[in-house]
Amino acid sequence: MIEGILIGLQTALSFKNLMMVMIGCFAGTIIGMLPGLGPMTAIALMIPITYGFDPSTGLILMAGVYYGAVFGGSTSSILINAPGVPGTVATSFDGYPMAQQGKAGKALAIAAYSSFAGGTISAIFLLIAAPSLSLISLSFRSPDYFGLMILGLTAVAAFSSKGNFLKAMMMVVLGLMLASVGQDTLSDIPRFTFNNMNLSDGISFVLVVMATFAMTEALTLIFKAKDPTKAAKQISLSQLGSIKLDKTETKKMVTTIPRSSVLGFIVGVLPGAGATIASFLAYGMERNFVNDEEKQKFGKGSVNGIAAPETANNAACSGSFVPLLTLGIPGSGTTAVMLGALLGFGIQPGPRLYQTNPEIFWSVIMSMYIGMVVLLILNLPLIPYIARVLATPRTFLIPLILFFSLTGVYLMSFNNFDIYLMIGIAVIATVLRLYNFPMPPLILAFVLGGLMEENLRRSLLISDGSWTFLWDRPLTLIIMLTIILIVGWQIYRSFFVKK
Amino acid sequence: MKISPSKLISLLFFIFSGYYLYTAYQIQVFAFDENAPFNAKTFPIYLGFAGLVFSALYVILPETNPTDVDLRVLDYKKTIGLVILMILYGLTILRAGYFLSTSIFLVASYIILGERKWIWIFTLSFPFVAIFMYLLHGLLNIYLRDPFLKYLGIMG
Repeated sequence: MIEGILIGLQTALSFKNLMMVMIGCFAGTIIGMLPGLGPMTAIALMIPITYGFDPSTGLILMAGVYYGAVFGGSTSSILINAPGVPGTVATSFDGYPMAQQGKAGKALAIAAYSSFAGGTISAIFLLIAAPSLSLISLSFRSPDYFGLMILGLTAVAAFSSKGNFLKAMMMVVLGLMLASVGQDTLSDIPRFTFNNMNLSDGISFVLVVMATFAMTEALTLIFKAKDPTKAAKQISLSQLGSIKLDKTETKKMVTTIPRSSVLGFIVGVLPGAGATIASFLAYGMERNFVNDEEKQKFGKGSVNGIAAPETANNAACSGSFVPLLTLGIPGSGTTAVMLGALLGFGIQPGPRLYQTNPEIFWSVIMSMYIGMVVLLILNLPLIPYIARVLATPRTFLIPLILFFSLTGVYLMSFNNFDIYLMIGIAVIATVLRLYNFPMPPLILAFVLGGLMEENLRRSLLISDGSWTFLWDRPLTLIIMLTIILIVGWQIYRSFFVKK
Repeated sequence: MKISPSKLISLLFFIFSGYYLYTAYQIQVFAFDENAPFNAKTFPIYLGFAGLVFSALYVILPETNPTDVDLRVLDYKKTIGLVILMILYGLTILRAGYFLSTSIFLVASYIILGERKWIWIFTLSFPFVAIFMYLLHGLLNIYLRDPFLKYLGIMG
């Protein structure tokens, strides 16, 4: 492991990769700050830029963007009460009231220090957990993988559905249907190509991500006549106040951070849960842990109220890399985008990544930590200035998002069929999003579609067409029972719990 | 009888799944693969059925969490304008080249969205695209075919 860490450090600390972390954190912070534009959009916009890079550098850039976007989301939560990402909604409960008291600088500092601490602790957990889990996951067989993929899809659908599980499941099926377009991997038989050569290789992952996130986000902003930068124009540099914390505040954070880190990391590892659930759980847990006097301050600018969700959401980000790096199965929409990017580089994440490409495995882990340091040292002092950049009018912002999306897709194939296909998917996705059909399950399903079919094929062929493989092995049985539990809980919530 | 937009979308998805299932059954597999436990059309057939089941359930069951959208406040004009502009961009990019079509696309989209500061409109279109192209072409070695720039003798 020590050797691996050194390889990772050597790769991550090269001048080029350090620059990428910095650029990634900076770009991620700016994009993540804009309400509605979360880490998924930020990473999607970066994919075309990584085409010319080697896999390690590309992934390091994307990891930096991921953390930067989460940090940027907290900043807009605190400054303008408009969380850039769902994972930072809980931060706004106490961050915004503190900012209104003229202590925005302090709230931002608490968020940055907590994020850093949460990220540091969870990076250590990741260092320990990932290699061990890689070894365990070597014993996984096709039925287990197939079960895990269904579990991941069901869990993401359950958590992102906001009470509309069936809508999320329809998006899962749509994602799998889109993934089935193109030649069959084993027999090369064309499927759903309608004799169109452009579809014989299937629909590109970048195209689907750009269409369903970046482009849809831009179209939704115009459609709903929203101006995400409006509130940012009212920010005054002088209003932010000092970023220094006193002893009492530091003391409060010291007790909050360890427990929120552990909780955040565990929740992050679970498929589908991610940063949003982690931050809400940590906020609720912290409220129960503090004394009555401190409890009264929750919702009015409590230090613990900011530190807990911020620690947990960053810890969850690291945790979400565990299933991706060890099993090759992303547990969230964001890590699904990362998986798609990895596959684009010709790398298949999974238990063998640790052995076949140790430099990638370790450099991604190490760059996450370096990203945290960059965010703390560079981004925190620069926040007042970055916030001013956000005053860019939407009349420029939206066309530029469209420009990056269109260019990204054009760069892949140099034909205009992909542009038309992307516009078509984006228009449909915009209407679907308007009526709360969630997009993360679609992306996850699209990424997992090929792998899922491959594992189902292997399982069915081994069991001679019998579906008993779903309960033959204890591990598969446990996974299937968990899926039944999630689906059962969703049915119960939908029809029997009064809202 | 009034049907909610979400149910209408589900109904459309039901029809789409039906068509997908029909197309899945039409996939030609090799003769020796016809009776295999798994062939090229097995997975799509399962997906077609799954789509039918989920969408039918949504249409049949009562809506527990309906989504209300005020259609009157939506900005159709600008959205449709931008979609048409993107289609035109797709039509022109191969003929006019990346530089010209992208720059004009940016200028037109700024104007559609109501921007009237010409200095910024110009700066964030032609020079911006030129810098971006230099970044791709010069630094990242990503070749962009551009008949317009080739005609001017700027690009090889």
